Amino acid sequence: MIKFERFVLGNGLKVLVHPDPSTPMAVVNVLYDVGARDEVPAKTGFAHLFEHLMFGGSVNIPDYDEPLQVAGGENNAYTTNDLTNYYCQLPADNLETAFWLESDRMLSLAFSKKSLDVQRKVVCEEFKEHYINKPYGDVWHTMRELAYKEHPYRWMTIGKELSHIENATLEDVKAFFFKHYTPINAILVVAGNVSVDQVKTLAEKWFGDIPSGEQYKRNLPAEPQQAEARRLTVHRNVPMDAIYKTWHMCARRDDDYYATDLLTDILGGGASSRLYQSLVKEQQLFANINCYHFGSLDKGLLTIEGQLIKGVDMQKAEDAIELELDKVRKELLDDRELQKVKNKTESVMAFEDMSVMNRAGSLAFYELLGDGELMNSEFQKYQHVKSEDLHRIANEVLTANNSNTLWYLSDNK
Amino acid sequence: MPDRSLAPEIKDAVEYKIELKRPDTFSLDNGVKVYNVQAGTEEVVQIEWVFKAGNWFDSKKNVSSAANFLIKNGTSKKSAYEINEFVDFYGAYLNRNCFNETAVVTLHCLTRQLAQLLPLVREIFTDAIFPEEELLIYRQNMKQKLAVNLRKCDFVAGRKIDELLFGFKHPYGVYSFETDYDEIQVEDLKKFYAQYYQKGHCTVFSAGILPKDYQQLMNQFFGDLPFNQKPLENIEHPIVSDNQKKWNIINDEEGVQGAIRIARLFPTRKHPDFPKVQVLNTLFGGFFGSRLMTNIREDKGYTYGIYSFLVNHIQSSAWMISTEAGRTVCEATINEVYHEMKQLREGDIDEEELMLVKNYLIGTLLGDLDGPFHIIGRWKNLILNDLDDSFFYHSVDTIKNISAAELKELANKYLHPEDFYELVVV
Repeated sequence: MIKFERFVLGNGLKVLVHPDPSTPMAVVNVLYDVGARDEVPAKTGFAHLFEHLMFGGSVNIPDYDEPLQVAGGENNAYTTNDLTNYYCQLPADNLETAFWLESDRMLSLAFSKKSLDVQRKVVCEEFKEHYINKPYGDVWHTMRELAYKEHPYRWMTIGKELSHIENATLEDVKAFFFKHYTPINAILVVAGNVSVDQVKTLAEKWFGDIPSGEQYKRNLPAEPQQAEARRLTVHRNVPMDAIYKTWHMCARRDDDYYATDLLTDILGGGASSRLYQSLVKEQQLFANINCYHFGSLDKGLLTIEGQLIKGVDMQKAEDAIELELDKVRKELLDDRELQKVKNKTESVMAFEDMSVMNRAGSLAFYELLGDGELMNSEFQKYQHVKSEDLHRIANEVLTANNSNTLWYLSDNK
Repeated sequence: MPDRSLAPEIKDAVEYKIELKRPDTFSLDNGVKVYNVQAGTEEVVQIEWVFKAGNWFDSKKNVSSAANFLIKNGTSKKSAYEINEFVDFYGAYLNRNCFNETAVVTLHCLTRQLAQLLPLVREIFTDAIFPEEELLIYRQNMKQKLAVNLRKCDFVAGRKIDELLFGFKHPYGVYSFETDYDEIQVEDLKKFYAQYYQKGHCTVFSAGILPKDYQQLMNQFFGDLPFNQKPLENIEHPIVSDNQKKWNIINDEEGVQGAIRIARLFPTRKHPDFPKVQVLNTLFGGFFGSRLMTNIREDKGYTYGIYSFLVNHIQSSAWMISTEAGRTVCEATINEVYHEMKQLREGDIDEEELMLVKNYLIGTLLGDLDGPFHIIGRWKNLILNDLDDSFFYHSVDTIKNISAAELKELANKYLHPEDFYELVVV
């Protein structure tokens, strides 16, 4: 049980406090309800570029990192297609330093031209390092465009192309900030060696007078139901062929999420999973194979990806995957196998909750889903899943018409 | 409305008294030592069995790592699948990792499942059979993994710099070619397993919320095994550094970035300069606010990130700078690294910057000691390096007390470009 208290400031900022006196540290986590899905198609990669700019100085404080480091703290941030999250950890005595820094950059950034110029370059190097200069680096760029035609999940958080980042202007930066980086669109979680009263006082003092901002009304184009199987073959300078298959699945808040999540574990979660045992160990068609999803807030993609053993025919490999999928579509799984993936889930959740930093991040995420308390009832929902649910999901989701298949072929055999 | 131009008062992190909680220790009947940190909020445990079975003991390349990987891929009673299914059913993780001196088997599980899982761990330490079929799959999959990695400039640079520093025949410098995997035979694995696992040298590190009868359980399942019976053989591997200091390698004609490694040999933890250089390194390139990061990322935008670090080896360390930079700015990046070395040798570090580094180091140390897994991790590192907490407290004191003049002296001792290997792999 994660215990926490919640209160809301006059400007709409939601604050959650999770005291844990066993650590000398405090964690301050600020989640902004904005991700790459909120970008426009001509200016992709912006939410992530913006995350970099959040460290380039705020209206009253020229540098974010330095005062935090002086206070013995460290920090980081990440951007996904759905959200942007900033977190720092520092000795609890210096908690107010984190409030000072986080509130000032919620109030307003410095909007420095130098910072924008430099971070554009840094993000371009990040783009190259992860997506251009790596074998298979463009897979998700390609797959997203294949699987999504309307919804903004069709581009990656790093952006669709380098030029979108290179062309970002200070006006874009300002508009994005005042639209999304406001108290009404944010969730603040404070955890560690702190008290609720102390956090109330500090939150009121540092965040209380920041203008509320306008509630961002998300109105994203829904992805139309896919009506026929989509296939694409690309040739790349990689050593091995690989296959990527995706199917549209439910959104994170959907009741079916839990059964879908367990289904991915049955298929590809670890060394005793069906795809690994059958295709890597028994048939030896693949060097590795995985099944996973991203837990996307809007309708996501259930994914199978595998790298073929050199010399194996791609069609044969794909047929072998389909044969395994047939089994989950046709047969109910036995109790032991279902219990196995539930046990695994329970264990993953317990290990995730080991650190205060993770607990703070999870609380913010569940609050974004609707209520931080969901963190405590989440495992119950997995417990209620039955074999029949997985069977139904397998038949609803893993259909040909709902599938996107990418053959990623080596052009240097 | 608060005055936002004024920073709140802070307590300097260096004023904190840092304590490294001591583990409980006990010995099994066969003399195997168990170090245990009982703490935490979640009902979970982590147990690491550390064997002296790293590539230091290889008589043929990769036998140590293959034996470590395949140790759970079959016993005379259970197939690889049955073992995996058993571990997964109890929501556990049974991982293995092979390093230079040591090879480790790690169990993570919920506390209440521990008693069910320990018999299986015993089984793999006594009865692993290394089936031929499993070895064939391993060979094939490792060859493919290597082929993919060889397309990455950072992977190629990482192994080349180790070779330049330590020599290809040294366990720290050796690396694999695809054909090496074909050389490994089942007999090699069985022989290595018999010597370095079944009758090997083992130390146990555990943490979390252990069950009440933990000591008895460990003794029941591991206390009668023939571990630690003979003294460990003393194997020496001479370091043979390369004669050529500067290297440029084209791995991918179309590469848009170069992987840069700049490195020199450095003494071990036991050298009196080691703790002090940890501080100098932090200031130089050891954290986000370092001079390298501030100059090369935050001012010039040449890279997504640049770091320097002391390599975590037991017999000999190295001081390394590592980054991936745009292909056209690799040379400029290297020049800036040398420029920052020069600044440290010739310029003065002001008190404010030094205080920032000290506070940062102590603050992160406080944060790193959060939770039982982190605490046992510190202890494992100390014990495997033949050290105790006096080394830890000495390092803390060094951070708190070191002066700018001492750091400058160290920079003049160690940060000379001519002493460094310089490697760019595009």
